[in-house]
Amino acid sequence: MALEDLYREVILDHYRNPRNRAALGQANAVADGHNPLCGDEVRVELLIEGDEVAAIGVTGHGCSISQASGSMMGDAVKGRSIETIRILTGRFKGMMSIDGAGDPGLDPNRPGAVLGDLESLQGVRKFPVRIKCANLPWTTLEEAINNFVASH
Amino acid sequence: MIDTDAVRGDFPILERRINGRRLAFLDSAASSQKPVQVLDAMADIYRNSYANVHRGAYTLSHEATEAYEEARHKVAVFLNATSDEEIVFTRSATAAMNLFAYGWGLNNLKSGDRILTSVMEHHANIVPWHIIARHTGAELRYMELTDGFRLDLEGAQDRFDERVKVVAVSGMSNVLGTMPPVGEIARLAHEVGAVLLVDGAQLVPHAPVDVQTLGADFLGFSGHKMLGPTGIGVLWGRRALLESMEPAEGGGEMIRDVRLYESDWAEVPHKFEAGTPPFVEAIGLGAAVDYLSAIGMDNVLQHDRELTGYALERLAGVPGLSIQGPADTVDRGGAISFDLTGIHAHDVATILDQEGVAVRAGHHCAKPLLRSLGLTASTRASFYVYNVPEDVDALVDALGVARRIFGLDGP
Repeated sequence: MALEDLYREVILDHYRNPRNRAALGQANAVADGHNPLCGDEVRVELLIEGDEVAAIGVTGHGCSISQASGSMMGDAVKGRSIETIRILTGRFKGMMSIDGAGDPGLDPNRPGAVLGDLESLQGVRKFPVRIKCANLPWTTLEEAINNFVASH
Repeated sequence: MIDTDAVRGDFPILERRINGRRLAFLDSAASSQKPVQVLDAMADIYRNSYANVHRGAYTLSHEATEAYEEARHKVAVFLNATSDEEIVFTRSATAAMNLFAYGWGLNNLKSGDRILTSVMEHHANIVPWHIIARHTGAELRYMELTDGFRLDLEGAQDRFDERVKVVAVSGMSNVLGTMPPVGEIARLAHEVGAVLLVDGAQLVPHAPVDVQTLGADFLGFSGHKMLGPTGIGVLWGRRALLESMEPAEGGGEMIRDVRLYESDWAEVPHKFEAGTPPFVEAIGLGAAVDYLSAIGMDNVLQHDRELTGYALERLAGVPGLSIQGPADTVDRGGAISFDLTGIHAHDVATILDQEGVAVRAGHHCAKPLLRSLGLTASTRASFYVYNVPEDVDALVDALGVARRIFGLDGP
Protein backbone atom coordinates (compact mmCIF):
# COMPACT_ATOMS: atom_id res chain seq x y z
CA MET A 1 0.00 0.00 0.00
CA ALA A 2 1.65 3.16 -1.14
CA LEU A 3 0.45 6.49 0.19
CA GLU A 4 0.78 7.80 -3.37
CA ASP A 5 -2.19 5.58 -4.31
CA LEU A 6 -4.28 7.44 -1.77
CA TYR A 7 -3.03 10.99 -1.99
CA ARG A 8 -3.01 11.56 -5.75
CA GLU A 9 -2.27 15.10 -6.85
CA VAL A 10 -5.79 15.56 -8.25
CA ILE A 11 -7.26 14.69 -4.83
CA LEU A 12 -5.00 17.13 -3.02
CA ASP A 13 -5.91 19.77 -5.60
CA HIS A 14 -9.63 19.33 -4.92
CA TYR A 15 -8.91 19.39 -1.17
CA ARG A 16 -6.99 22.65 -1.39
CA ASN A 17 -9.28 24.27 -3.95
CA PRO A 18 -12.69 22.70 -3.43
CA ARG A 19 -15.21 23.28 -6.21
CA ASN A 20 -18.90 24.04 -5.64
CA ARG A 21 -18.05 25.03 -2.09
CA ALA A 22 -20.73 27.63 -1.44
CA ALA A 23 -24.11 27.58 0.21
CA LEU A 24 -26.88 27.78 -2.39
CA GLY A 25 -29.21 30.66 -1.73
CA GLN A 26 -32.08 29.01 -3.58
CA ALA A 27 -31.70 25.29 -2.74
CA ASN A 28 -34.81 23.12 -2.76
CA ALA A 29 -33.17 19.94 -1.49
CA VAL A 30 -30.77 19.74 1.46
CA ALA A 31 -29.19 17.02 3.57
CA ASP A 32 -26.53 16.89 6.26
CA GLY A 33 -24.11 14.00 6.57
CA HIS A 34 -22.00 13.15 9.59
CA ASN A 35 -19.37 10.57 10.24
CA PRO A 36 -19.77 10.15 14.00
CA LEU A 37 -16.49 8.25 14.20
CA CYS A 38 -14.33 11.14 13.08
CA GLY A 39 -16.55 14.18 13.15
CA ASP A 40 -16.54 14.77 9.37
CA GLU A 41 -19.49 16.93 8.38
CA VAL A 42 -20.91 17.50 4.91
CA ARG A 43 -23.89 19.56 3.80
CA VAL A 44 -25.24 19.03 0.30
CA GLU A 45 -27.61 21.63 -1.13
CA LEU A 46 -29.31 21.14 -4.49
CA LEU A 47 -31.40 23.24 -6.80
CA ILE A 48 -33.47 20.71 -8.69
CA GLU A 49 -35.30 21.94 -11.77
CA GLY A 50 -37.51 19.41 -13.51
CA ASP A 51 -35.58 16.19 -13.11
CA GLU A 52 -32.20 17.88 -13.31
CA VAL A 53 -29.77 19.13 -10.66
CA ALA A 54 -29.24 22.68 -11.91
CA ALA A 55 -26.91 23.73 -9.08
CA ILE A 56 -25.12 22.13 -6.15
CA GLY A 57 -23.32 23.39 -3.06
CA VAL A 58 -21.11 21.13 -0.96
CA THR A 59 -19.93 22.56 2.36
CA GLY A 60 -18.61 21.18 5.63
CA HIS A 61 -15.44 20.12 7.38
CA GLY A 62 -13.42 16.99 7.04
CA CYS A 63 -10.39 15.17 5.80
CA SER A 64 -8.89 15.46 2.33
CA ILE A 65 -10.73 12.36 1.12
CA SER A 66 -14.23 13.44 2.16
CA GLN A 67 -13.68 17.01 0.96
CA ALA A 68 -12.13 16.01 -2.37
CA SER A 69 -14.85 13.43 -2.92
CA GLY A 70 -17.50 16.11 -2.30
CA SER A 71 -15.76 18.59 -4.58
CA MET A 72 -15.49 16.11 -7.46
CA MET A 73 -19.03 14.93 -6.83
CA GLY A 74 -20.30 18.46 -7.33
CA ASP A 75 -18.59 18.71 -10.70
CA ALA A 76 -19.87 15.28 -11.72
CA VAL A 77 -23.55 15.78 -10.90
CA LYS A 78 -24.10 19.42 -11.88
CA GLY A 79 -26.47 19.60 -14.84
CA ARG A 80 -27.22 15.87 -14.70
CA SER A 81 -30.58 14.17 -14.41
CA ILE A 82 -31.58 12.49 -11.17
CA GLU A 83 -31.54 9.13 -12.94
CA THR A 84 -27.99 9.66 -14.18
CA ILE A 85 -26.92 10.78 -10.72
CA ARG A 86 -28.32 7.59 -9.23
CA ILE A 87 -26.29 5.57 -11.73
CA LEU A 88 -23.17 7.58 -10.91
CA THR A 89 -23.72 7.12 -7.20
CA GLY A 90 -24.04 3.37 -7.67
CA ARG A 91 -20.86 3.27 -9.73
CA PHE A 92 -18.93 5.35 -7.25
CA LYS A 93 -20.01 3.26 -4.28
CA GLY A 94 -19.24 0.13 -6.29
CA MET A 95 -15.73 1.40 -6.87
CA MET A 96 -15.44 2.01 -3.11
CA SER A 97 -16.60 -1.47 -2.09
CA ILE A 98 -13.76 -3.54 -0.65
CA ASP A 99 -13.83 -6.11 -3.44
CA GLY A 100 -14.08 -3.30 -5.99
CA ALA A 101 -16.57 -5.34 -8.00
CA GLY A 102 -18.72 -2.32 -8.70
CA ASP A 103 -22.20 -2.59 -10.11
CA PRO A 104 -22.08 -5.71 -12.30
CA GLY A 105 -25.25 -4.80 -14.17
CA LEU A 106 -23.90 -1.49 -15.33
CA ASP A 107 -22.31 -0.88 -18.70
CA PRO A 108 -19.35 1.38 -18.01
CA ASN A 109 -19.76 3.00 -21.40
CA ARG A 110 -23.32 3.99 -20.73
CA PRO A 111 -23.67 7.78 -21.06
CA GLY A 112 -23.44 9.51 -17.73
CA ALA A 113 -21.86 6.57 -16.00
CA VAL A 114 -18.27 7.72 -16.46
CA LEU A 115 -16.56 8.76 -13.24
CA GLY A 116 -13.75 10.84 -14.72
CA ASP A 117 -11.76 12.61 -11.95
CA LEU A 118 -13.55 10.50 -9.40
CA GLU A 119 -11.56 7.48 -10.60
CA SER A 120 -8.63 9.01 -8.76
CA LEU A 121 -10.32 8.06 -5.49
CA GLN A 122 -10.12 4.33 -6.20
CA GLY A 123 -6.91 4.09 -4.13
CA VAL A 124 -9.06 4.77 -1.05
CA ARG A 125 -10.35 1.20 -1.33
CA LYS A 126 -6.96 -0.02 -0.15
CA PHE A 127 -7.45 1.93 3.09
CA PRO A 128 -10.69 0.41 4.42
CA VAL A 129 -11.06 2.83 7.34
CA ARG A 130 -11.17 5.72 4.87
CA ILE A 131 -13.90 4.37 2.56
CA LYS A 132 -16.56 6.01 4.71
CA CYS A 133 -14.86 9.36 4.18
CA ALA A 134 -15.12 9.03 0.40
CA ASN A 135 -18.72 7.83 0.52
CA LEU A 136 -20.01 10.47 2.95
CA PRO A 137 -20.80 13.20 0.35
CA TRP A 138 -22.51 10.64 -1.88
CA THR A 139 -24.65 9.23 0.89
CA THR A 140 -25.61 12.79 1.78
CA LEU A 141 -26.40 13.55 -1.87
CA GLU A 142 -28.64 10.48 -2.05
CA GLU A 143 -30.45 11.62 1.07
CA ALA A 144 -31.00 15.12 -0.35
CA ILE A 145 -32.43 13.67 -3.56
CA ASN A 146 -34.60 11.20 -1.66
CA ASN A 147 -35.91 14.03 0.53
CA PHE A 148 -36.77 16.01 -2.57
CA VAL A 149 -38.45 13.10 -4.37
CA ALA A 150 -40.45 12.18 -1.27
CA SER A 151 -41.80 15.71 -0.88
CA HIS A 152 -42.67 16.37 -4.52
CA MET B 1 13.08 5.17 36.40
CA ILE B 2 11.48 2.41 34.39
CA ASP B 3 13.56 -0.34 32.81
CA THR B 4 11.80 0.05 29.47
CA ASP B 5 13.75 -2.79 27.84
CA ALA B 6 12.43 -5.22 30.43
CA VAL B 7 8.93 -3.75 30.27
CA ARG B 8 8.81 -3.89 26.47
CA GLY B 9 9.81 -7.54 26.61
CA ASP B 10 6.57 -8.26 28.49
CA PHE B 11 4.38 -6.93 25.66
CA PRO B 12 4.40 -9.39 22.73
CA ILE B 13 2.43 -7.06 20.45
CA LEU B 14 5.29 -4.55 20.40
CA GLU B 15 7.27 -7.02 18.28
CA ARG B 16 4.77 -6.65 15.46
CA ARG B 17 5.74 -4.77 12.36
CA ILE B 18 3.11 -2.47 10.90
CA ASN B 19 3.28 -1.81 7.17
CA GLY B 20 6.87 -3.03 7.30
CA ARG B 21 7.84 -0.60 10.06
CA ARG B 22 8.63 -0.84 13.76
CA LEU B 23 5.44 -0.25 15.72
CA ALA B 24 5.34 3.02 17.65
CA PHE B 25 2.16 2.54 19.66
CA LEU B 26 1.00 5.97 20.78
CA ASP B 27 -2.66 5.35 21.55
CA SER B 28 -2.67 4.11 25.13
CA ALA B 29 -5.10 6.84 26.19
CA ALA B 30 -7.69 4.98 24.11
CA SER B 31 -6.59 1.54 25.29
CA SER B 32 -3.29 0.18 26.49
CA GLN B 33 -1.51 -2.97 25.39
CA LYS B 34 -1.35 -6.02 27.69
CA PRO B 35 1.68 -7.70 29.27
CA VAL B 36 2.02 -11.49 29.27
CA GLN B 37 1.39 -11.45 33.02
CA VAL B 38 -2.20 -10.30 32.40
CA LEU B 39 -2.75 -12.65 29.48
CA ASP B 40 -1.39 -15.58 31.54
CA ALA B 41 -3.50 -14.78 34.60
CA MET B 42 -6.66 -14.87 32.52
CA ALA B 43 -5.64 -17.97 30.57
CA ASP B 44 -4.82 -19.72 33.84
CA ILE B 45 -8.36 -19.20 35.14
CA TYR B 46 -9.93 -20.39 31.90
CA ARG B 47 -7.60 -23.39 31.72
CA ASN B 48 -7.53 -24.45 35.35
CA SER B 49 -10.04 -22.79 37.65
CA TYR B 50 -13.04 -21.73 35.62
CA ALA B 51 -16.58 -21.91 36.99
CA ASN B 52 -19.17 -19.28 37.83
CA VAL B 53 -18.39 -17.31 40.96
CA HIS B 54 -20.38 -17.29 44.23
CA ARG B 55 -23.12 -19.83 44.99
CA GLY B 56 -21.08 -22.79 43.74
CA ALA B 57 -20.34 -25.43 46.39
CA TYR B 58 -17.58 -27.10 44.48
CA THR B 59 -13.81 -26.67 44.10
CA LEU B 60 -13.68 -24.85 40.76
CA SER B 61 -16.32 -22.30 41.73
CA HIS B 62 -14.59 -21.76 45.02
CA GLU B 63 -11.25 -21.15 43.31
CA ALA B 64 -12.77 -18.73 40.80
CA THR B 65 -14.58 -16.88 43.59
CA GLU B 66 -11.40 -16.61 45.64
CA ALA B 67 -9.49 -15.25 42.64
CA TYR B 68 -12.27 -12.74 41.88
CA GLU B 69 -12.40 -11.44 45.46
CA GLU B 70 -8.60 -11.37 45.60
CA ALA B 71 -8.67 -9.11 42.51
CA ARG B 72 -11.07 -6.82 44.39
CA HIS B 73 -8.62 -6.75 47.28
CA LYS B 74 -5.72 -5.89 44.96
CA VAL B 75 -7.67 -2.96 43.51
CA ALA B 76 -8.61 -1.79 47.03
CA VAL B 77 -4.96 -1.84 48.09
CA PHE B 78 -3.91 -0.12 44.84
CA LEU B 79 -6.28 2.78 45.62
CA ASN B 80 -5.70 2.65 49.38
CA ALA B 81 -9.45 2.15 49.90
CA THR B 82 -10.54 1.60 53.50
CA SER B 83 -12.09 -1.75 52.61
CA ASP B 84 -12.56 -4.18 49.73
CA GLU B 85 -16.30 -3.49 49.88
CA GLU B 86 -15.71 -0.01 48.46
CA ILE B 87 -14.68 -1.57 45.13
CA VAL B 88 -17.61 -2.18 42.77
CA PHE B 89 -16.72 -4.01 39.58
CA THR B 90 -18.48 -2.77 36.45
CA ARG B 91 -17.95 -3.52 32.79
CA SER B 92 -16.12 -0.24 32.06
CA ALA B 93 -15.42 3.29 33.23
CA THR B 94 -18.50 4.34 31.28
CA ALA B 95 -20.58 1.78 33.18
CA ALA B 96 -19.10 3.05 36.46
CA MET B 97 -20.08 6.64 35.62
CA ASN B 98 -23.56 5.49 34.61
CA LEU B 99 -23.93 3.40 37.75
CA PHE B 100 -23.26 6.51 39.83
CA ALA B 101 -25.51 8.70 37.66
CA TYR B 102 -28.43 6.27 37.83
CA GLY B 103 -27.86 4.89 41.32
CA TRP B 104 -27.08 8.18 43.03
CA GLY B 105 -28.20 10.91 40.64
CA LEU B 106 -31.60 9.56 39.74
CA ASN B 107 -32.52 9.11 43.41
CA ASN B 108 -31.00 12.25 44.89
CA LEU B 109 -31.55 14.98 42.32
CA LYS B 110 -34.69 16.99 41.75
CA SER B 111 -35.87 20.07 39.89
CA GLY B 112 -33.85 23.13 40.89
CA ASP B 113 -30.74 21.08 41.72
CA ARG B 114 -27.58 21.50 39.72
CA ILE B 115 -24.99 19.14 38.31
CA LEU B 116 -21.62 20.84 37.84
CA THR B 117 -19.13 19.45 35.37
CA SER B 118 -16.55 20.88 32.96
CA VAL B 119 -16.24 21.44 29.21
CA MET B 120 -13.21 19.15 29.01
CA GLU B 121 -15.16 16.03 29.95
CA HIS B 122 -15.35 12.81 27.98
CA HIS B 123 -18.86 12.00 26.70
CA ALA B 124 -19.08 9.35 29.46
CA ASN B 125 -19.22 12.18 31.99
CA ILE B 126 -21.65 14.33 30.00
CA VAL B 127 -24.25 12.16 28.32
CA PRO B 128 -25.33 10.27 31.49
CA TRP B 129 -25.98 13.69 33.05
CA HIS B 130 -28.08 14.74 30.07
CA ILE B 131 -30.23 11.68 30.73
CA ILE B 132 -30.39 12.19 34.49
CA ALA B 133 -31.16 15.90 34.07
CA ARG B 134 -34.05 14.99 31.77
CA HIS B 135 -35.41 12.48 34.29
CA THR B 136 -35.03 14.65 37.41
CA GLY B 137 -35.38 18.22 36.17
CA ALA B 138 -31.93 19.06 37.55
CA GLU B 139 -29.80 21.47 35.51
CA LEU B 140 -26.35 20.91 34.06
CA ARG B 141 -23.68 23.62 34.55
CA TYR B 142 -20.13 23.78 33.20
CA MET B 143 -16.75 24.98 34.35
CA GLU B 144 -14.68 26.50 31.53
CA LEU B 145 -11.00 26.40 30.62
CA THR B 146 -8.31 29.04 30.85
CA ASP B 147 -6.34 30.09 27.76
CA GLY B 148 -3.60 27.77 29.00
CA PHE B 149 -5.92 24.73 28.76
CA ARG B 150 -6.31 24.46 32.54
CA LEU B 151 -9.61 24.19 34.36
CA ASP B 152 -10.68 27.75 35.22
CA LEU B 153 -11.53 27.11 38.84
CA GLU B 154 -11.10 30.78 39.66
CA GLY B 155 -13.77 31.74 37.16
CA ALA B 156 -16.03 28.91 38.33
CA GLN B 157 -16.08 29.92 42.03
CA ASP B 158 -19.55 31.46 41.71
CA ARG B 159 -20.91 28.24 40.20
CA PHE B 160 -20.42 26.42 43.50
CA ASP B 161 -23.59 27.18 45.44
CA GLU B 162 -26.16 25.25 47.47
CA ARG B 163 -28.06 24.27 44.34
CA VAL B 164 -25.10 22.14 43.25
CA LYS B 165 -25.65 18.60 44.49
CA VAL B 166 -23.07 16.78 42.44
CA VAL B 167 -19.77 17.81 40.88
CA ALA B 168 -18.49 15.45 38.19
CA VAL B 169 -15.04 16.14 36.78
CA SER B 170 -12.21 14.31 35.06
CA GLY B 171 -9.00 13.71 36.98
CA MET B 172 -7.04 13.92 33.71
CA SER B 173 -8.38 15.09 30.37
CA ASN B 174 -8.12 12.43 27.67
CA VAL B 175 -7.63 15.19 25.09
CA LEU B 176 -5.58 17.92 26.80
CA GLY B 177 -3.70 15.88 29.37
CA THR B 178 -4.72 18.52 31.92
CA MET B 179 -4.89 17.30 35.51
CA PRO B 180 -7.18 19.64 37.45
CA PRO B 181 -6.66 20.13 41.19
CA VAL B 182 -9.07 17.50 42.51
CA GLY B 183 -8.39 18.37 46.15
CA GLU B 184 -9.35 21.99 45.58
CA ILE B 185 -12.48 21.00 43.63
CA ALA B 186 -13.39 18.62 46.47
CA ARG B 187 -13.09 21.44 49.01
CA LEU B 188 -15.38 23.69 46.96
CA ALA B 189 -17.87 20.88 46.35
CA HIS B 190 -17.99 19.77 49.97
CA GLU B 191 -18.39 23.37 51.21
CA VAL B 192 -21.75 23.51 49.44
CA GLY B 193 -22.67 19.98 50.42
CA ALA B 194 -22.18 18.44 46.99
CA VAL B 195 -20.84 14.97 46.24
CA LEU B 196 -17.73 14.75 44.01
CA LEU B 197 -17.40 12.13 41.28
CA VAL B 198 -14.00 11.91 39.58
CA ASP B 199 -13.71 10.34 36.15
CA GLY B 200 -10.47 8.49 36.67
CA ALA B 201 -10.28 6.77 33.29
CA GLN B 202 -7.00 8.56 32.51
CA LEU B 203 -5.89 9.47 36.03
CA VAL B 204 -5.84 6.03 37.64
CA PRO B 205 -3.69 4.35 34.94
CA HIS B 206 -1.12 7.15 34.90
CA ALA B 207 -0.73 8.62 38.40
CA PRO B 208 -0.64 7.42 42.00
CA VAL B 209 -4.15 7.67 43.44
CA ASP B 210 -4.93 7.41 47.14
CA VAL B 211 -8.68 7.68 47.58
CA GLN B 212 -8.24 8.65 51.23
CA THR B 213 -6.43 11.84 50.26
CA LEU B 214 -7.81 12.46 46.76
CA GLY B 215 -10.91 14.25 48.02
CA ALA B 216 -13.39 12.52 45.73
CA ASP B 217 -16.44 10.67 47.01
CA PHE B 218 -16.69 8.44 43.95
CA LEU B 219 -14.10 7.44 41.35
CA GLY B 220 -14.76 5.56 38.11
CA PHE B 221 -12.16 3.97 35.83
CA SER B 222 -11.62 1.08 33.47
CA GLY B 223 -9.16 -1.81 33.32
CA HIS B 224 -8.26 -1.73 29.65
CA LYS B 225 -6.47 1.61 29.84
CA MET B 226 -4.18 0.32 32.62
CA LEU B 227 -2.77 -2.86 31.06
CA GLY B 228 -5.86 -4.91 31.98
CA PRO B 229 -8.47 -6.44 29.68
CA THR B 230 -11.57 -4.84 28.20
CA GLY B 231 -14.93 -5.49 29.83
CA ILE B 232 -13.91 -4.52 33.37
CA GLY B 233 -14.20 -1.24 35.20
CA VAL B 234 -14.42 -0.03 38.76
CA LEU B 235 -16.60 2.37 40.70
CA TRP B 236 -14.97 3.20 44.01
CA GLY B 237 -17.19 5.02 46.50
CA ARG B 238 -17.08 5.97 50.16
CA ARG B 239 -18.68 3.10 51.96
CA ALA B 240 -21.43 5.09 53.70
CA LEU B 241 -22.42 6.67 50.38
CA LEU B 242 -22.39 3.32 48.58
CA GLU B 243 -24.58 1.88 51.32
CA SER B 244 -27.16 4.61 50.90
CA MET B 245 -27.03 4.42 47.11
CA GLU B 246 -29.66 2.52 45.15
CA PRO B 247 -28.68 -0.17 42.64
CA ALA B 248 -29.04 0.73 38.98
CA GLU B 249 -29.55 -2.85 37.81
CA GLY B 250 -31.51 -5.73 39.29
CA GLY B 251 -30.89 -9.43 38.81
CA GLY B 252 -29.01 -12.38 40.22
CA GLU B 253 -26.18 -11.91 42.74
CA MET B 254 -27.36 -8.49 43.93
CA ILE B 255 -30.16 -9.61 46.26
CA ARG B 256 -30.53 -10.85 49.81
CA ASP B 257 -34.09 -12.04 49.31
CA VAL B 258 -36.59 -11.97 46.48
CA ARG B 259 -40.31 -12.37 47.00
CA LEU B 260 -43.11 -12.04 44.48
CA TYR B 261 -43.58 -8.29 44.74
CA GLU B 262 -40.41 -6.99 46.34
CA SER B 263 -36.82 -7.79 47.06
CA ASP B 264 -34.01 -6.78 49.43
CA TRP B 265 -30.55 -5.90 48.28
CA ALA B 266 -27.35 -7.69 49.14
CA GLU B 267 -24.59 -5.82 50.99
CA VAL B 268 -22.16 -3.55 49.13
CA PRO B 269 -20.49 -4.10 46.75
CA HIS B 270 -22.63 -7.03 45.58
CA LYS B 271 -25.86 -5.04 45.41
CA PHE B 272 -24.33 -3.20 42.44
CA GLU B 273 -23.10 -6.31 40.65
CA ALA B 274 -26.23 -7.84 39.13
CA GLY B 275 -25.72 -10.93 37.00
CA THR B 276 -22.59 -12.96 36.40
CA PRO B 277 -19.78 -10.40 36.74
CA PRO B 278 -16.84 -10.18 34.33
CA PHE B 279 -14.76 -12.06 36.87
CA VAL B 280 -12.02 -13.33 34.55
CA GLU B 281 -11.56 -9.74 33.41
CA ALA B 282 -11.44 -8.61 37.04
CA ILE B 283 -8.70 -11.20 37.65
CA GLY B 284 -6.86 -9.82 34.62
CA LEU B 285 -7.17 -6.33 36.11
CA GLY B 286 -5.76 -7.71 39.36
CA ALA B 287 -2.70 -8.92 37.45
CA ALA B 288 -2.39 -5.51 35.76
CA VAL B 289 -2.50 -3.81 39.17
CA ASP B 290 0.29 -6.14 40.36
CA TYR B 291 2.33 -5.21 37.29
CA LEU B 292 1.85 -1.46 37.78
CA SER B 293 2.52 -1.71 41.52
CA ALA B 294 5.79 -3.52 40.85
CA ILE B 295 6.88 -0.62 38.62
CA GLY B 296 5.50 1.92 41.08
CA MET B 297 2.92 4.51 40.08
CA ASP B 298 5.30 7.36 40.93
CA ASN B 299 7.66 5.92 38.34
CA VAL B 300 4.83 5.55 35.82
CA LEU B 301 3.91 9.20 36.22
CA GLN B 302 7.53 10.33 35.99
CA HIS B 303 8.15 8.19 32.91
CA ASP B 304 5.06 9.59 31.15
CA ARG B 305 6.12 13.13 32.08
CA GLU B 306 9.64 12.68 30.73
CA LEU B 307 8.31 11.40 27.42
CA THR B 308 5.71 14.16 27.35
CA GLY B 309 8.40 16.77 27.93
CA TYR B 310 10.55 15.30 25.17
CA ALA B 311 7.57 15.13 22.80
CA LEU B 312 6.48 18.72 23.53
CA GLU B 313 10.01 19.86 22.76
CA ARG B 314 10.28 17.89 19.51
CA LEU B 315 6.75 18.72 18.32
CA ALA B 316 7.49 22.42 18.78
CA GLY B 317 9.91 22.02 15.87
CA VAL B 318 7.24 20.79 13.45
CA PRO B 319 6.06 23.72 11.30
CA GLY B 320 2.32 24.42 11.44
CA LEU B 321 1.75 22.22 14.47
CA SER B 322 -0.24 23.58 17.40
CA ILE B 323 -0.81 21.68 20.63
CA GLN B 324 -4.11 21.69 22.47
CA GLY B 325 -3.01 21.30 26.05
CA PRO B 326 -0.68 22.73 28.67
CA ALA B 327 2.69 23.69 27.20
CA ASP B 328 4.66 22.25 30.14
CA THR B 329 4.50 18.97 32.06
CA VAL B 330 3.25 20.43 35.36
CA ASP B 331 -0.05 18.79 36.42
CA ARG B 332 -0.19 17.21 33.02
CA GLY B 333 -0.47 13.65 31.79
CA GLY B 334 0.95 12.04 28.68
CA ALA B 335 -1.81 12.72 26.18
CA ILE B 336 -0.80 15.27 23.54
CA SER B 337 -3.43 16.47 21.08
CA PHE B 338 -2.40 18.59 18.15
CA ASP B 339 -3.54 20.18 14.95
CA LEU B 340 -1.37 20.35 11.85
CA THR B 341 -2.34 23.28 9.63
CA GLY B 342 -3.34 22.13 6.16
CA ILE B 343 -3.78 18.44 7.00
CA HIS B 344 -6.88 16.95 8.56
CA ALA B 345 -6.33 14.69 11.58
CA HIS B 346 -7.57 11.67 9.65
CA ASP B 347 -5.07 12.17 6.92
CA VAL B 348 -2.35 12.58 9.54
CA ALA B 349 -3.36 9.29 11.19
CA THR B 350 -3.47 7.41 7.89
CA ILE B 351 -0.02 8.61 6.87
CA LEU B 352 1.43 7.94 10.34
CA ASP B 353 0.04 4.41 10.23
CA GLN B 354 1.96 3.76 7.02
CA GLU B 355 5.06 4.71 9.00
CA GLY B 356 4.17 2.31 11.83
CA VAL B 357 3.00 5.08 14.16
CA ALA B 358 -0.39 4.42 15.81
CA VAL B 359 -2.20 7.56 16.95
CA ARG B 360 -5.84 8.51 17.39
CA ALA B 361 -7.64 11.02 15.19
CA GLY B 362 -11.07 12.48 15.67
CA HIS B 363 -13.07 14.11 18.44
CA HIS B 364 -11.83 11.74 21.18
CA CYS B 365 -15.39 11.43 22.57
CA ALA B 366 -15.14 15.03 23.74
CA LYS B 367 -17.15 16.96 21.14
CA PRO B 368 -18.09 19.88 23.43
CA LEU B 369 -14.39 20.39 24.20
CA LEU B 370 -13.28 20.16 20.55
CA ARG B 371 -16.06 22.57 19.56
CA SER B 372 -14.98 25.04 22.26
CA LEU B 373 -11.46 24.88 20.80
CA GLY B 374 -12.84 25.57 17.32
CA LEU B 375 -11.95 22.10 16.05
CA THR B 376 -13.93 19.16 14.69
CA ALA B 377 -11.02 16.73 14.98
CA SER B 378 -7.48 16.55 16.26
CA THR B 379 -4.64 14.05 16.34
CA ARG B 380 -3.59 12.62 19.68
CA ALA B 381 -0.42 10.81 20.71
CA SER B 382 -0.36 9.28 24.19
CA PHE B 383 2.28 7.47 26.21
CA TYR B 384 2.56 4.63 28.67
CA VAL B 385 5.13 2.47 30.43
CA TYR B 386 6.35 0.74 27.25
CA ASN B 387 6.98 3.89 25.21
CA VAL B 388 10.49 5.16 24.58
CA PRO B 389 11.96 8.35 23.05
CA GLU B 390 12.38 6.41 19.79
CA ASP B 391 8.56 6.36 19.52
CA VAL B 392 8.50 10.16 19.73
CA ASP B 393 11.20 10.35 17.05
CA ALA B 394 9.15 8.06 14.80
CA LEU B 395 6.14 10.34 15.34
CA VAL B 396 8.06 13.47 14.42
CA ASP B 397 9.62 11.81 11.35
CA ALA B 398 6.21 10.59 10.18
CA LEU B 399 4.74 14.07 10.59
CA GLY B 400 7.49 15.20 8.22
CA VAL B 401 6.28 12.62 5.69
CA ALA B 402 2.72 13.94 6.06
CA ARG B 403 3.84 17.50 5.44
CA ARG B 404 5.78 16.38 2.38
CA ILE B 405 2.83 14.46 0.87
CA PHE B 406 0.55 17.45 1.38
CA GLY B 407 3.13 19.74 -0.20
CA LEU B 408 3.49 21.91 2.89
CA ASP B 409 7.25 22.22 2.67
CA GLY B 410 7.07 24.30 -0.49
CA PRO B 411 7.91 23.21 -4.04
